[in-house]
Amino acid sequence: MAEAFVYDHIRTPRGKGKAAGSLHEVKPVDLVVGLLDELKVRNPGLDPHRVDDVVLGVVTPVGEQGGDIAKTAALKAGYPDTVAGVQLNRFCASGLEAVNQAAGRIRGGMEDLILAGGVESMSNAPMGSDGGAWAQDPATALATGFVPQGIGADLIATIEGWSREDVDAFAAESNHRAAKAWANGYFTDSVVPVKDINGLTVLDHDELIRPDTSVEGLAGLRPSFAQMGRDAGFDDVALEKYHWVEKIDHVHHAGNSSGIVDGAALMAIGTEQVGVDLGLTPRARIVSMAVSGADPTIMLTGPAPAARKALAKAGLEVGDIDLFEINEAFAAVAMRFMRDMGITDEITNVNGGAIAMGHPLGATGAMILGTLIDELARRDQRRGLATLCVGGGMGIATIVELV
Amino acid sequence: MSTTTTEQTAVRYDKDADGIVTLTLDDPHQSANTMNALYTSSMKAVVDRIEDELAADASSVTGVVIASAKKTFFAGGDLKGMVTATPDDAASVFAMAEGVKEPLRRLEKLPVPVVSAINGAALGGGFEICLATNHRIVVDDDKIALGLPESSLGLLPGGGGVTRIVRLLGLQAGLMEVLLTGTQFKPAQAEEKGLVDELVATREELLPAAKAWIKAHPEATTNPWDAPGYKMPGGNPKGPALAGFLPAFPALLRKQTKGAVYPAARAILSAAVEGAMRDFDTASRIESRYLVKLITEQGSKNMIQAFFFDLQAIKSGSMRPQGIEPFKATKVGVLGAGMMGAGIAYSCARAGMEVVLKDVSDENAAKGKAYSEGLLDKAISRGKSTEEKKAELLGRITATGDAAALAGCDLVIEAVFEDPSLKAKVFAEVAPYVNDDALLCSNTSTLPITELAEGVDRPKDFIGLHFFSPVDKMPLVEIIRGAETSDEALAKAYDVVQQIRKTPIVVNDSRGFYTSRVIGFFVNEGLAMLAEGAHPISLERAATQAGYPVGTLQLTDELNMELMAKIEKATREAAERDGTPYAIHPGTAVVQRMLELERPSRLKGKGFYEYADGKRQGLWAGLAEEFPVAEEQIPFEDMKERMLFAEALETAKCFEEGVITSAAAANIGSIMGIGFPPMTGGAAQYMTGYQAADGEIGLAAFVKRADQLAERYGDRFAPTAHLRSMAEKGESFPA
Repeated sequence: MAEAFVYDHIRTPRGKGKAAGSLHEVKPVDLVVGLLDELKVRNPGLDPHRVDDVVLGVVTPVGEQGGDIAKTAALKAGYPDTVAGVQLNRFCASGLEAVNQAAGRIRGGMEDLILAGGVESMSNAPMGSDGGAWAQDPATALATGFVPQGIGADLIATIEGWSREDVDAFAAESNHRAAKAWANGYFTDSVVPVKDINGLTVLDHDELIRPDTSVEGLAGLRPSFAQMGRDAGFDDVALEKYHWVEKIDHVHHAGNSSGIVDGAALMAIGTEQVGVDLGLTPRARIVSMAVSGADPTIMLTGPAPAARKALAKAGLEVGDIDLFEINEAFAAVAMRFMRDMGITDEITNVNGGAIAMGHPLGATGAMILGTLIDELARRDQRRGLATLCVGGGMGIATIVELV
Repeated sequence: MSTTTTEQTAVRYDKDADGIVTLTLDDPHQSANTMNALYTSSMKAVVDRIEDELAADASSVTGVVIASAKKTFFAGGDLKGMVTATPDDAASVFAMAEGVKEPLRRLEKLPVPVVSAINGAALGGGFEICLATNHRIVVDDDKIALGLPESSLGLLPGGGGVTRIVRLLGLQAGLMEVLLTGTQFKPAQAEEKGLVDELVATREELLPAAKAWIKAHPEATTNPWDAPGYKMPGGNPKGPALAGFLPAFPALLRKQTKGAVYPAARAILSAAVEGAMRDFDTASRIESRYLVKLITEQGSKNMIQAFFFDLQAIKSGSMRPQGIEPFKATKVGVLGAGMMGAGIAYSCARAGMEVVLKDVSDENAAKGKAYSEGLLDKAISRGKSTEEKKAELLGRITATGDAAALAGCDLVIEAVFEDPSLKAKVFAEVAPYVNDDALLCSNTSTLPITELAEGVDRPKDFIGLHFFSPVDKMPLVEIIRGAETSDEALAKAYDVVQQIRKTPIVVNDSRGFYTSRVIGFFVNEGLAMLAEGAHPISLERAATQAGYPVGTLQLTDELNMELMAKIEKATREAAERDGTPYAIHPGTAVVQRMLELERPSRLKGKGFYEYADGKRQGLWAGLAEEFPVAEEQIPFEDMKERMLFAEALETAKCFEEGVITSAAAANIGSIMGIGFPPMTGGAAQYMTGYQAADGEIGLAAFVKRADQLAERYGDRFAPTAHLRSMAEKGESFPA
């Protein structure tokens, strides 16, 4: 069977996902076009005619982000007409799903070179604005016990007994780590500044990070899900199933949950031969990948089963993994993953995560996999595992190995 | 010119000289109109005829009035037909539903104005006919009820009701104020809500008003939702404003029902939302599909049994001895002005009786009267009463410490403490003053009536009336017939309960009667599970998710464990005295332990819960130490069913012992008196309509599951030989 290699990975900086955010003025298609352009610049050997497909995760594919933005962007970037494009949605895992699907197709021998990643301009296409039966259709919601993710995150913290201080401490550390990583230039190689039509830089850094975040400072923030939990009935729905829990302790807020941001990411995934043909050096090999699921109401405990599945597929143990990246959708999600896997923060999210830098839904999976590869290389280590919790209770995991 | 078809019809056709057709709903076989097959074919025929006439000559018909020849406008769906339908009948039920709606849709779309002239109650299907017209006029009589109460019968308004109400009022208002609540409106309230358009003072004005409106509005032929540019009030769920709220709709429904599943409410919500996003005719078809599901499944059958057939039977006097003149009490003496006496006095005064509220002193009695004043003040502040009505009602209550004030009473209701000697004493005190044939009632929740009757001089006129607290709110009264109670006294008591607008059930004398005896098994089963290590919070949620209003721990605190221990002791001693077997329930030890811990009740501020200023806080922190939570929990479904089965099995024993003799009494008594889950149809219907996890329905399935519970949790779940034999023979409880 063919192997799938990562030949390059780049991402945009992440802009605050609101009108005042730096990337609000940038159309999602242009976030992708910028990366498609840069990929050619960075890899002069990368003949665009050899690209079979562009696979992009987009979680809210409506409006400017709708209508198969992958093919649209490939066209606008001037890629040959033969380069196809497809958009996919596995909620928050979409960016990693794009990579995994590309890798699967490469390993299956069907194709040679695929650009995979994702884009999300959350300031322009608000989360949830694409509707969907799970939340919007009463019959479906009633049958499945739908509650918004934040309720699930708070429920995890409640069940685990994690206090507001516990989750805030995790959030503060994420910011400190991200700030330090930026200061030390750990991200520089892979972050491509977003430029305007004149070549002027619009944004060249992740603008959400608050290096001076402290537990004391976070203490003032109001819980984000307490009111909807109470007034819209979601706490009651969750506690119908988790009937032994007296009440949900709403500990998550804007400061210890993933930030709403705009951004895009792209990876070049190909066969060994395409690298030889184009003179590209592989950065990493995709070892295994998995999706799995857990209870959809608590929703966010899927990463551990997905990670275990990916490990089993690869014939590896937890101890064989040098570094982990778990998407910081909420502090309790990352904390729960570490607890489930028996790992510590010494080897997990060592350069911070989405609490500090933000979670551009469709792109994050590809971003954290890129961060993992860079950090393994910097540390001269071998294997890493990236994972995300996913709507509907799903989890996704990908294991990479440096080559 | 007037023409009538010679064939039998339930919808008469008449046309006047102005070309206005009056369609008169008048089922030739029933005193009330229902949506039966004759109605459907008749309505189809008259609409065909009007369409044909209009096709031949567009000016031949100028308008249509729908009227009724019955006392009520139209009663609604044909429930008798519905309760026999099974999932195998889905296709024919669907055809029936669509067949009812089709002519109404054509009626609505006629190119002439169509007006409903509502002379009496129009509920359910009756109101759905009205919704298909362009204008609704109703007689302004508070006795006329309008609305769509289907949800309370486990059904949805499937005659276009969901589709039209959503389009008339909008999704949110339609659901929250009409469809999910099943609210019945008086004419003025209906007009305020926009459900009807015009009120007339008398029935005589109805038809002229309808015709006048037609003449004045010849262009008013299109309902808003069929007009170009129609916008749904409150927005369409596809629009961002409403879409943002949609996820909360099902969550709030679950919150309101505390997790208990009412299939009708869920179907109504689903049909309303799905329909609101589609065109009228598609929405109407979706509505039919959800209706068919509800009709053919067991849940609606259970609710129709209790809330239609059983209630109707009780209202029509099914348990009242026949051939005895109706009795109307004019002056009642209420003995004891405590919480119960005060509430009874209020209920009697509200029904127009002259009330003498007697206690040991004028002062004590006045405190009881003040309760009525408080209730009326609250009603006034909510706009539900007036100062005049308050003065009138209070004027009917005399608070006194003087027994002589009871002179002329034809009814005595005693409501003093549960102490036989005290009860005998207060009856003796008033005996010289009240009428010689006054009905003597004792309000007690557990004391055997036959024993109490020994304390009065006229045991044949003596009867038990078990009121529930708070009396002004609780709709049920359990009538307990003592060994010597006469048929006449029972008939009178039945009439008195109905006179004060409450629902009577009749039971025979036995310790705890029916309701108090059965609720004890609910409570004890919860406590037994606690002792076994059930998580206390799961235990409480199991009760509410099963459909009970509160969990067993909360209820135990409110019932007061000191009282429970007393009742248990009295019951045990009576059994020893009578030489009958008595099994000590495992829940009893929990009560004993809580009493040792001096945590007896909400009253004392300490129980399973903590209380502060009378308000319930969280569970007592020491609970886990006293009753440790087991590592492995029993299935949640078992937790729910242990409570339901405990009560149902005791109900079966009450039938066997002759304490209760009517399924209607058991169903209504258990639902209205002691909080048995309404969607089950009551404690008797729960057994005969039991649906097992594998889908099997009936008493045999119930017995099978009871055996399983007995195997897992103890012999108290084993059905008696009698119940087993009933199941084998396919019998049910007497109606």
